[in-house]
Amino acid sequence: MTTQSYERVRIIASDVFGVSLEEISDESSPESIERWDSTQHLTFVLALEEAFQLQLTPEETESIRNIGEAAKLVQKKLQVARG
Amino acid sequence: MGSGLQLRSEIDHLIESGDAAGASRRLSELWQQEPGSALASFLTSRYEKLRSGLPFTSHRLALLRSFTVEPLVTLLRAAGFVAGLDLTVHVGDFNAYPQEILDSTSALYAFRPDTVILAVQTRDLTPELWNGYADLSHESVRASVERALNSFESWMKAFRQYSPANLIVHTLESPPIPNLGILDAQSDSGQSAALRQINEGLRSRCREFRGMYLLDYSSLIARYGYSHWHDEKKWLTARMPISAGHLIHVAHEWLRFLMPLSGRVAKAVVVDLDNTLWGGVLGEDGMHGIQLGQEYPGAAYQALQRALFDLHRKGILLAVCSKNNLDDALEALQKHSGMLLRQEHFAAMRINWGDKVQNLREIAAELNIGIDALAFLDDNPVERDQVRAALPEVMVIELSGDPNAYVDRVRESPFFERLTLSEEDRQRAAFYAAERKRSSAGQGFASKEDFFRSLEQEAEIASVGPATLARISQLTQKTNQFNLTTRRYSEQQISEMASRSDCDVVSLRVRDRHGDNGLVGVGITRDSGDSREIDTFLLSCRVIGRTVETALLSHLAETARAKGLKFLRGWFLPTKKNAPAKNFYAEHGFSMERNNDEGSQWVLDLQQNHIECPAWIKLHVRIEEKI
Repeated sequence: MTTQSYERVRIIASDVFGVSLEEISDESSPESIERWDSTQHLTFVLALEEAFQLQLTPEETESIRNIGEAAKLVQKKLQVARG
Repeated sequence: MGSGLQLRSEIDHLIESGDAAGASRRLSELWQQEPGSALASFLTSRYEKLRSGLPFTSHRLALLRSFTVEPLVTLLRAAGFVAGLDLTVHVGDFNAYPQEILDSTSALYAFRPDTVILAVQTRDLTPELWNGYADLSHESVRASVERALNSFESWMKAFRQYSPANLIVHTLESPPIPNLGILDAQSDSGQSAALRQINEGLRSRCREFRGMYLLDYSSLIARYGYSHWHDEKKWLTARMPISAGHLIHVAHEWLRFLMPLSGRVAKAVVVDLDNTLWGGVLGEDGMHGIQLGQEYPGAAYQALQRALFDLHRKGILLAVCSKNNLDDALEALQKHSGMLLRQEHFAAMRINWGDKVQNLREIAAELNIGIDALAFLDDNPVERDQVRAALPEVMVIELSGDPNAYVDRVRESPFFERLTLSEEDRQRAAFYAAERKRSSAGQGFASKEDFFRSLEQEAEIASVGPATLARISQLTQKTNQFNLTTRRYSEQQISEMASRSDCDVVSLRVRDRHGDNGLVGVGITRDSGDSREIDTFLLSCRVIGRTVETALLSHLAETARAKGLKFLRGWFLPTKKNAPAKNFYAEHGFSMERNNDEGSQWVLDLQQNHIECPAWIKLHVRIEEKI
């Protein structure tokens, strides 16, 4: 996956979690990223919602376990929004 | 996004190479492009590395809240850094605000905040007025209102007893749709009316206590749209009631309070003419071709002029800096029927073909204010960039896109906010007009003394009182140049010092033949043993160099002598700005006692020396004896 929205999700993760872009892969998760705690998870979700102008449900918020899943979710929501 | 990534790596290179000013400029550019939660984390982490190399104003903020505010804190700190504020933020425990306020040993007071924000939601404080209104009788509505106000009042009282900090109180919001629908607006005692009653009560209580201010939360929500403001699911799962896109608006609203409270404000705004004050280019379109008036498209520029006029009314000076032919520009300023602002509204003008950076320096010098007290309004991005690069301390307002939005850029800017307005603020423009007369009069005299005599100055020294408290505090907050110690005090702190038997807080008011200069000087002293220590001595820039400072110092010295004290002591604490006060003690016969990293301490032996009030100043003293 190398879409624009995917790149943007990676940049947001890099900003929010304070790690360089090169260190962020699909598999990056709370286990591999030190600052990914529950507070930063909320900030990450809010940042995604803000950047892509969408709203994630509590279930969706909880389903994000790594960057790859976050990117897929955003892409799916954007497609639904576009109809 | 490409440029965003480039900017990020450029910023990291600049930080590594030690170019703090360059990095800061890129960071603020990046923030203009993509302000938001993600970038806020990036910004704060980078600014933290730069904070020692840049002239930030530090401020300690405590947040007391009934909902999740953590994501807001990062946004606020980022926006603060961009505006020149370095905020240290303490977040109170979730819903623990009553205990924190009422317990004098709580973490809140141990943090020693400069400002505290009390952000409580209607649904937490008075849940029955949020979604149980239909069940309530008239009596129980009244009881709810009273209970809420009593709670606020007891918190405010305790807070003022334990802390001199500023307190900002969020008003209670009404639900988007009243519980009884349109019926609510038909009744005097409806749900919205009850909440308005609480908010009105809060307003009057804020006025009773010093240093307490109201944040109109309902208006903030209304400004951005009630129907999109809340995120009910996040409220239920994460106690975060505000939807992602609106968090930044709360952070910006807080910043509008924190800027004036920390003294980071613009004292003057320098405006361009072509395509800023009017549409089009005067030199090409001619006076009758420019766009300015009540109709589209000229209305956008008239609206901007109205906003600037409102700043003028708030005591913010206006100045023009434009590349134009002087005569053409003056003709348009005086004769164009659409102009709301005329030549007399501008305290300084630089209409020439020269470099704007140099013109801004001259304007600051002419107005006797620091470069960092200037805001700059110009539609041309090249001019803005040049000013940012050469004068990073100037507050540059971003004007781009639709001219109809220019007025909002001015009205929403935190640089122009004030929380109190003194008589001096209202009269400021007139003071500056009189000053222009004074300095042109000064040119014809043989000696300085002749000039001083011709001014017919009268100085009035008085103890602080209810009418002057706000202005005295304001002077300690804003005076940078002739200020020996640059200590900033809130109204509350001034009032506490004034009530102590060993302290004196006096103000200096100066009148002359050209008019009243208003309250322009402050002296704060503390006596102990056989010595009087000058804690604060400052003079507003508009009377520097007219010897009124000697009149004030002579009062401090002579009253100390009358009290039997032997020594008058004072520190000079150097800053980037207060060079004009550097030789003050030496020039008045003090000798240096101590000199360290912080500054120098000076002493005057009162048994050996007298400080005379200059003969050309008529002195009036109105000091109330303390019991």
